[in-house]
Amino acid sequence: MTHTAPRIAGTVPEGTPAARKRWGQLAVWGLFATLMILVGIKLYQITLGPISSGRAPDFTLTTFDGENYTLSDYVGQVIVINFWASWCGPCELEAADLEQAWRNYRKHDVLFLGIDYVDTENEAQAYLQKWDVTYPNGADLRTAISQAYRIRGVPETYIVAQDGTVAFTIIGPTDYTKLTAALDSLLNE
Amino acid sequence: MKHGLNSWSIFRTLECAALILLTTFSSFGETLAQDNQPTDDEVNAIAKQLYCPVCENVPLDVCGTRACAQWRDNIREKLADGWNADQIKQYFSDQYGVRVLAQPPTQGVNSLFWALPPFAIVVSWFFMLRLIDNLTRKRPSGSHSVINLGDTDDYKTRLERDLEQWR
Amino acid sequence: MLADFGFTAICLALLCSTYAAVLSLAVARSPQHRWLASARNAAIAVWPLLTLACFCLTYMIINEHFELEYVSRVSSRAMPWYLKATALWGGQAGSLLFWSWLMSTYAALVMLRDWRHERDMQPYVIAATMATLAFFVGLNVLVENPFTKLWIDQFGQIRAGFLAPPGAQLFTPIDGQGLNPLLRHPGMIIHPPMLYLGFVGFVIPYSFAIAALAVGRNDSVWIRVSRRWTLVSWLFLSLGLLLGGRWAYDVLGWGGYWGWDPVEIAAFMPWLTSTAFLHSVMIQEKRGMFKRWNMILIILTYALVIFGTFLTRSGVLSSVHAFAQSAIGPLFFIFIGITFTISLILLFRGWERLQSENILNSWLSREGLFLLNNLLFMGILLSCFWGVIYPIISELTTGQKVTVGPPYYERTTGPQFAALLLLMGVAPIAAWRVTTARRLGRIIWKPTAFSLLSPLYGLANGVTNTVALLSIWLASLVFCVTLYEFYRGASVRRKSTGENLFKALWDLIARNRRRYGGYVIHLGVIFMAVGIIGIEMFQTETQGTIASGEQLKLGDYIMIYNDTVEFPTEDNRIITRATVSVYKDGEFVAELHPRRDFYVDSQQPMTIPGLYSTLESDFYVLLINWKPISKQGATFKIYLNPLVSWLWFGGFVFILGTLIAAWPDNNNPRSGQPKALPANRSARVA
Repeated sequence: MTHTAPRIAGTVPEGTPAARKRWGQLAVWGLFATLMILVGIKLYQITLGPISSGRAPDFTLTTFDGENYTLSDYVGQVIVINFWASWCGPCELEAADLEQAWRNYRKHDVLFLGIDYVDTENEAQAYLQKWDVTYPNGADLRTAISQAYRIRGVPETYIVAQDGTVAFTIIGPTDYTKLTAALDSLLNE
Repeated sequence: MKHGLNSWSIFRTLECAALILLTTFSSFGETLAQDNQPTDDEVNAIAKQLYCPVCENVPLDVCGTRACAQWRDNIREKLADGWNADQIKQYFSDQYGVRVLAQPPTQGVNSLFWALPPFAIVVSWFFMLRLIDNLTRKRPSGSHSVINLGDTDDYKTRLERDLEQWR
Repeated sequence: MLADFGFTAICLALLCSTYAAVLSLAVARSPQHRWLASARNAAIAVWPLLTLACFCLTYMIINEHFELEYVSRVSSRAMPWYLKATALWGGQAGSLLFWSWLMSTYAALVMLRDWRHERDMQPYVIAATMATLAFFVGLNVLVENPFTKLWIDQFGQIRAGFLAPPGAQLFTPIDGQGLNPLLRHPGMIIHPPMLYLGFVGFVIPYSFAIAALAVGRNDSVWIRVSRRWTLVSWLFLSLGLLLGGRWAYDVLGWGGYWGWDPVEIAAFMPWLTSTAFLHSVMIQEKRGMFKRWNMILIILTYALVIFGTFLTRSGVLSSVHAFAQSAIGPLFFIFIGITFTISLILLFRGWERLQSENILNSWLSREGLFLLNNLLFMGILLSCFWGVIYPIISELTTGQKVTVGPPYYERTTGPQFAALLLLMGVAPIAAWRVTTARRLGRIIWKPTAFSLLSPLYGLANGVTNTVALLSIWLASLVFCVTLYEFYRGASVRRKSTGENLFKALWDLIARNRRRYGGYVIHLGVIFMAVGIIGIEMFQTETQGTIASGEQLKLGDYIMIYNDTVEFPTEDNRIITRATVSVYKDGEFVAELHPRRDFYVDSQQPMTIPGLYSTLESDFYVLLINWKPISKQGATFKIYLNPLVSWLWFGGFVFILGTLIAAWPDNNNPRSGQPKALPANRSARVA
């Protein structure tokens, strides 16, 4: 940038400015392209809404009682995945409805899984006791499950059909009517 | 604490709080004054090094949400149990992911992050130095005066000359 | 009605700017074409159209037209009228419109200049400015329409749109949500306009650079004619950053002024490249060198401005909790891709042409040190950019989200800033072409000796931190050298004119505004550096819950809690206000009122600190709500920030220096234009 091309008569020096220039330009284009690709992918991911169809991302949840539930083990059953947190006010609006739905539908082989999103264990346990929740609940370690489901807040509920695909997506607090309507439609197919 | 945000970051933070659907800011009253409870300063010293797991880019010691209050209480409990700072940070990182730490860890896949800047700086300086060395060696410096391309203001050139000679 | 009017104005503005851009490119090869005048007029016409649109929107905000979605989002009945006026830039759509309006103001002014000597560049300048403007106005037209209305359809659903959905009626909410409480502060009112004025202003020098590349020039004309635009934009950008820092300090309640938040960095990066640019162009004007550097720097500045605003508005920098997106992100993405590609193509095409006219003779020359300056600024830029981009890389490649916080930035940029500080002291006294170390030493030894007093003073006062001592010494070195420069120049002048020292100094500055204005800016930077060193390295804090009559202690200060009151206000806030008494070394110094404002309509709190400022330190106290607040017990957090007032004082000096440097020269009618072309001037392209 501050140099002139060395002009030595009769020789073409190695690494000529022309060659260096071409490599330099290539490097710049390459870096720019890489940056754009990265940002582009990130943008695309942002524009993706919540998961509303397709295969439900697999995960393994370790409950507060120490049991492990791997989603893919339960193909063939209807699964209700609910994201909640003890510090989330609206989650309390649906807690009783979820528990009631669980109690009524577990005989139809419907599994309810509660995913506790960035919470503290004491408060989580207190919340579960308060609402007398009996279905399996566990902490989302390292927010791996929440990231896989691209949740944007809590509460969110995903209902997985028997074939392992996401059938219903409920953003925000749900209620007993909505839950049973969705579950009935899946069970009666 | 040396932190600040502009409006968009605040939008994001507050939208995050809104999306978590109106976490309340009411007081909690759970913490009672106890004798050997860790002080607020001790809690803050650790919370300062952590970020709110929910709200983006908000340090844990200044975050005002109910969730953050719970996490600070968690720190307080752990301090009372005798955990040290590193253990608490490790616990938070295991529970909530690496993003609660104020910087990517130095081990593992994130070592690239720390390695690249010094590497890039050293490499670019090396090339620059080689370039400059090449050309300063090739062309010896002459002794004629500076060609003043842009400055035909006599006063300025005189000033320049006088400054050169001034002691 | 007014909304339709406003939207039509925006659409017409889009048409005019697109027309101007396309037309000017079409006639670019033959700039004497009469169509160029039409393009120019269309470009100028954008301004009154956008002014009209802004006026309509502001009017509707002030008059509480809540049927406009934007108005109901950013204002409410409780807000005073002046806050409503600033709500124009309180949300995405309005701030985009405001941004476009500011850009059109710059563009119109540039169109009105005398183009006779730069006729060849004119089409390209019009094209570049208008293309950028068309993009931003297009965003308002296509995706973020500030005049969208609210409708209620037959099912009772509220929908937003400009045209009525079938079977729907206009819906007017009773009240709006109200402006974000953090924006209801004088600092925040003025910070976005200043920042925007800085950002959009850089379109002008960029357009001139592109024009110079496009017509095949390799001279410094584009730099010279756009110099004042660059300086003014840089002034506003610096002011905007300073105000942002001050606002964060006053109102955010974090005890600091800068958090290395990605959005802050996105605004800071263009400042880095533009500062390097301002310095580097001096070398091109003086010695015809660094032409490629200058092109690179201004292209980067423009690209970083667009990229920065893209990062801020698109949600790329947020995480799982980003809002539902409009198409604004992808559109920005495409625009960045196209403009940067074009910039690179033009740059590479003209690369050989931009060869330096002189060579670098020695590192220890003004050119060499300015090269070092460029390298350091680029180094800081790359460090910041890496920190901003890495979370995205990490998430995409490993799925792991990471946070890059202050420790990384401080560690990487700190030493580089220190090196810049050192350069600031040495470069002004280095001569052109070559300086021997001995000559430098001869000039610099006196100020250096003098400057050693300050670290010694620090040592005497118990400062043992080597980094702090080194930084203090560097700062005072530059201070002494800069003052010495003033003294040298005034003495030289005095010798030749016989004036007294003060008159000589005044005239020296007046007749060399660029150089000595620059030195004043450097003085401002020194003061700011002192403030930054103080608060970054020596800040202490404490927090505690005390009852009325009890005290908290920090450093030499004691704070006694007196009382707390809670009351509602007219503009729908509930204020909890504590009264504390502050004592320093046993003596009463201030009564402070830290408070918490709770904004009922938006359910958001704000913490306002109680602040006692002296040059030596700031006593900064916050009312914390970890526990309930009452006379029986209130939690306070106290920060002691040494020397931070020097940061704001330095900011003033900084701005003063920029004004001096930018002040128009009364001597030449076309300031900076050389009166005669010397014979040995080979730079000009016909």
